Amino acid sequence: MNKNKKPQLKPKNIKGTLLRLFSYYRFYKGLFAIGILSIIFASLAEVAATGMLSPIIDVFVSDGILKDAIRYILIMAVFVIIIALGQYVGNRTMASLAQKIIHKIREEMFSHMEKLPISYFDSHSHGELMSTFTNDVDMLNQSLEQAVSQIIVSTITVIATYTMMIIISPILTLVVTIMLVIMFFIIRFVGSRSSNYFRNQQIRLADMNGYIEEMMSGQKVVKVFNYEERAIDDFKNRNDQLRKSSSRASTFGVMLMPIMGNLTYMLYSVIAMLGSFLVIKGSISLGNIASFLQYTRTISRPITQVSNQLNTLFAALAGAERIFNVLDQEVEMDEGDVRLVRDYNGPGKHGWKVPNKDGSFDMVELNGHIRFDNVDFGYVPDRQVLKNINLYAKPGQKIAFVGSTGAGKTTITNLINRFYEINNGSIFYDGIDIRRINKMDLRSTMSMVLQDVHLFEGTVADNIRYGRLDASDDEIREAAKLANAHYFISHLPKGYDTMLTVDGLNLSQGERQLLSIARAAIADPEILILDEATSSVDTRTERLISEGMDKLMEGRTTFVIAHRLSTVHDSNAIMVLEQGEIIERGDHDDLMAEKGRYYALNAGIIELD
Amino acid sequence: MKKLLPLMRKYIVFAILSPIFMILEVLGDVIIPYLMSKIVDIGIANQDIDYIITIGIIMIIAAILAMVFGVSSSFFGANAGYGFAAEIRQKTFEKIQGYSFANLDSFTISSLITRLTNDCNTIGQVTMMSLRMAIRAPFMLVFALIMSFRINSSLAKIFLVALPVLAIAIFFTLSKARPLFLKLQTHVDKVNGVIQENLTNIRIVKSFNRQDFEEAKFKKRNDNLMYTAFKAISYIIILMPVFNLVVYSTIIAVLWFGGKQITIGTMTGGALISFITYITQVLMSLMMISMYFMNLLRGSASVSRILEVVNTESEINEISMPIDEVRDGSISFENVSFTYPGSSERTLKNINFSIKSGETLGIIGSTGSSKSTLVQLIPRLYDVTEGSVKVGGVDVREYDMEILRHKVSFVLQKNTLFSGTIRSNMKWGKEDATDEEIIDALKNAQAWEFVSSYDDGLDHIVEQNGDNYSGGQKQRLAIARALLKSPKAIILDDSTSAVDMTTDAKIQKAFKENLPDVTTIIIAQRISSIEHADRIIVMHEGSIESMGSHEELLEKSPIYKEIYVSQQKGVIGQ
Repeated sequence: MNKNKKPQLKPKNIKGTLLRLFSYYRFYKGLFAIGILSIIFASLAEVAATGMLSPIIDVFVSDGILKDAIRYILIMAVFVIIIALGQYVGNRTMASLAQKIIHKIREEMFSHMEKLPISYFDSHSHGELMSTFTNDVDMLNQSLEQAVSQIIVSTITVIATYTMMIIISPILTLVVTIMLVIMFFIIRFVGSRSSNYFRNQQIRLADMNGYIEEMMSGQKVVKVFNYEERAIDDFKNRNDQLRKSSSRASTFGVMLMPIMGNLTYMLYSVIAMLGSFLVIKGSISLGNIASFLQYTRTISRPITQVSNQLNTLFAALAGAERIFNVLDQEVEMDEGDVRLVRDYNGPGKHGWKVPNKDGSFDMVELNGHIRFDNVDFGYVPDRQVLKNINLYAKPGQKIAFVGSTGAGKTTITNLINRFYEINNGSIFYDGIDIRRINKMDLRSTMSMVLQDVHLFEGTVADNIRYGRLDASDDEIREAAKLANAHYFISHLPKGYDTMLTVDGLNLSQGERQLLSIARAAIADPEILILDEATSSVDTRTERLISEGMDKLMEGRTTFVIAHRLSTVHDSNAIMVLEQGEIIERGDHDDLMAEKGRYYALNAGIIELD
Repeated sequence: MKKLLPLMRKYIVFAILSPIFMILEVLGDVIIPYLMSKIVDIGIANQDIDYIITIGIIMIIAAILAMVFGVSSSFFGANAGYGFAAEIRQKTFEKIQGYSFANLDSFTISSLITRLTNDCNTIGQVTMMSLRMAIRAPFMLVFALIMSFRINSSLAKIFLVALPVLAIAIFFTLSKARPLFLKLQTHVDKVNGVIQENLTNIRIVKSFNRQDFEEAKFKKRNDNLMYTAFKAISYIIILMPVFNLVVYSTIIAVLWFGGKQITIGTMTGGALISFITYITQVLMSLMMISMYFMNLLRGSASVSRILEVVNTESEINEISMPIDEVRDGSISFENVSFTYPGSSERTLKNINFSIKSGETLGIIGSTGSSKSTLVQLIPRLYDVTEGSVKVGGVDVREYDMEILRHKVSFVLQKNTLFSGTIRSNMKWGKEDATDEEIIDALKNAQAWEFVSSYDDGLDHIVEQNGDNYSGGQKQRLAIARALLKSPKAIILDDSTSAVDMTTDAKIQKAFKENLPDVTTIIIAQRISSIEHADRIIVMHEGSIESMGSHEELLEKSPIYKEIYVSQQKGVIGQ
């Protein structure tokens, strides 16, 4: 997998993405109308206010009747107030709309993420998803906040200004039009060069970031090998390349401002010159020139602004596409109609309520029988990971899986709780096909303890309570004691109320593992899945953990995946997996007597990867 | 900042030229409206077509020159900015290369990466802005003010009201908005925290059916984020209407008072029109200055993060006349204690032992017993707090560090392969290693077997982090790389944990037979990895619990025996 995948800068389907984005505004039609109208009024008022320069100056220059001047100035003042009010109301409304929509999108994304099947997380790296959540949403936020109103303002301003110009002087307008066409081509030229350089810079930047990431992660190795000098030389090369491409990209990026600004001044000069001829000829007034000169400035500004924003806008749309792509992923299906009924037959006696076709239903006691019947499974259609798996676990039994990485151990356990759907065969839970069981109910009867323990931000108690939200403080303490976690917890600065932050207080790997066992214990599950739960701790800590686990396993059907063979020898049955098939099965003594693969593993003749 | 400025030296010409050309551009931009007023007042009044054409052409030339100056300033500014950024990046990277392990521990890897990437880029951008915008805005403001005072000083006094009003409005808005934007960041972090947490814990969330619980948690934070964002933005939103209000009010005032002056003949129409252009130039510049300051804040945060790296001095220093030869691989610890910087507790307490050159030493003990810390003192990855570590009879602090680390090879617990090929990774150990030498090392590390099975052999590709190799293969490659240094001593810090026992035994055998003079220190979890060592140290809570051969320790060390028994459980011959 290539971690430094180049970010997609150009959207693939502009129209579809835009339409979908705008569909979010439908929830806020009223606000949207107010916002747009306010902005339009403000833009029109701005053009009109500039237009007022013409009569006011003419009054003063020609007859100097103050009463007329006052009237015009008052009209202009009214326009100014409309500008200020319109901009305030419009921008505020649009900003609040942008916030609301981004808020909604974020919520939809998160809620959707929670419902995505596990297979989605397998095929997409966390970094990728995180970047969609942060960078893409951020970009979209900025664009919604600014670009939408800016494009509206620009369009209205250009149209209105153009109309006013034609009214004042069609000839001068022709000159402006020619100049604008020239400007357009210059923008296009500079813009395409600049986006080429920009792309080049992005590539160099990605290369540099990849290199830095690698060197920083391996910095200790660098030191151990005295590699510093060579690393510095290597870095210098890349740094120089990056500098050159950044300087070039940025030169073209900022160049547009002086070019457009001064082209506007050139237009201003030409208009001043030609306008003066027209005044001498008597076809326009001095005041007309004043307004027209201001207009040359107002008409080129939106063009520069929009062209400046275009790159950002495209990047934001590409991001929006990625966001929608996440939202379009199919969610986990749950069509199970068998429900779990707790305490249906006295406290602690739970049962499955199995509906029949005629509307009646049977009750089946919840015990924890698991049976695999000729199960085939592959993550992708044509690559089978598990082949023809058959196994039977009675309530309270401990079943162990042994085998190399990729042999399919973890996959088997992930089929029981329906993280993945099997291709062929069936899995029965207390005699019921698990596909018939409601997923939430199914999972509520199982707990998992995984190799990499990730805890949640919150207190120690919160983290244990994650297993059962209504657990009392006493129950939490009991669970911790059962898991052998109570001792270390009571030695933490604030005991059970100690805050665990992501990088704050660092519990050791073993302590985190004990917490996760307590978390599994409090859920009081019928089935327990222990996936390499002790492989990253040393033997002494492992003993502490396995004592906790032994107590936890009592009376529950347990599936154990272990790297270290010492943890599985007391299982009721051990399954040795190889390339998706069970090649040996039996208890420790059986398998040792068989002198097969399990024996070889124990004797250290072969390696587990 | 003072510390970083000298890094501009290489690009100083650009850094000087950029503002100069910017000022020239501003001059052009300011002179144009003035010339325009001349066209109107003299050209039109006298109906002098020649005059209008002459001045008009001068204006166009001024605009063209201004454009050329502006583009040049962009070029110089961009080169100075990104050149400066590149120098800072280089300096920061070099500084990190000189760090000790303790220095590295004090930064997280991701924070170092951000500094080298984002922070350096930000500094480049802000520098460029400082050379252009920060020059353009104040000069434009001053020049345009001067011009307006020259045209009509009594009318220009309106600026004395307009400027302070706008300045106060900007200052008020930004000072209100700034803390809110800082607060906004913490809300963003909180939202991202839940997302990150859910991504890493998705299996736990799903297996405990906590989707609704997590969604509720997210919703609360997302709501807070929206409210805070809107509050912060609602201040910024005031800026634009207020700016326009001030600009147009000024224009109206100028029109009124200027117009009255026209009627009494103390002002001309052309002057009034150019005055209006200057109003926008002056007030717009003020806005630009405030925008610049906002960006400057962003830049100063980056600068201080960079300075944190640059100002960290490695506390492992070399003496002036270092010894540059390591006599042999004998190692001794004399009353060694060690405390991690910033910690109050001693991690190693009074360690004493010595091994002869060519001996094999095994170290075992539970996690947290400071096994790794102990061996890291040998190649001076950390310096002792008390006592002395000797290699070849000489205190390690007296060696040239490069020589010491070359002769004491260290295979880290968390080892990294670098993207490239197997050969390029092996050359880390010896830059000019021949294929024979590399194959030799691979053989000793029991890695040649799988490397030779590739069609492209030594040229087989290594992905980032060596992700295309299994754990055991990675460890063996790392050992081979360390062997290429032809060291006098080699330290394996839990470096065969993923290697199977048979291969592990072969590695030990190869070390013994082919490298008899190399002192070997092995840290291991598995007793089988060390039981044949000449001597074994059992570490417990930072001290040596006992030391001796496998047989001796089974007799006298309860910890050793406990580990041994637990590992024998379930294994044949019990």
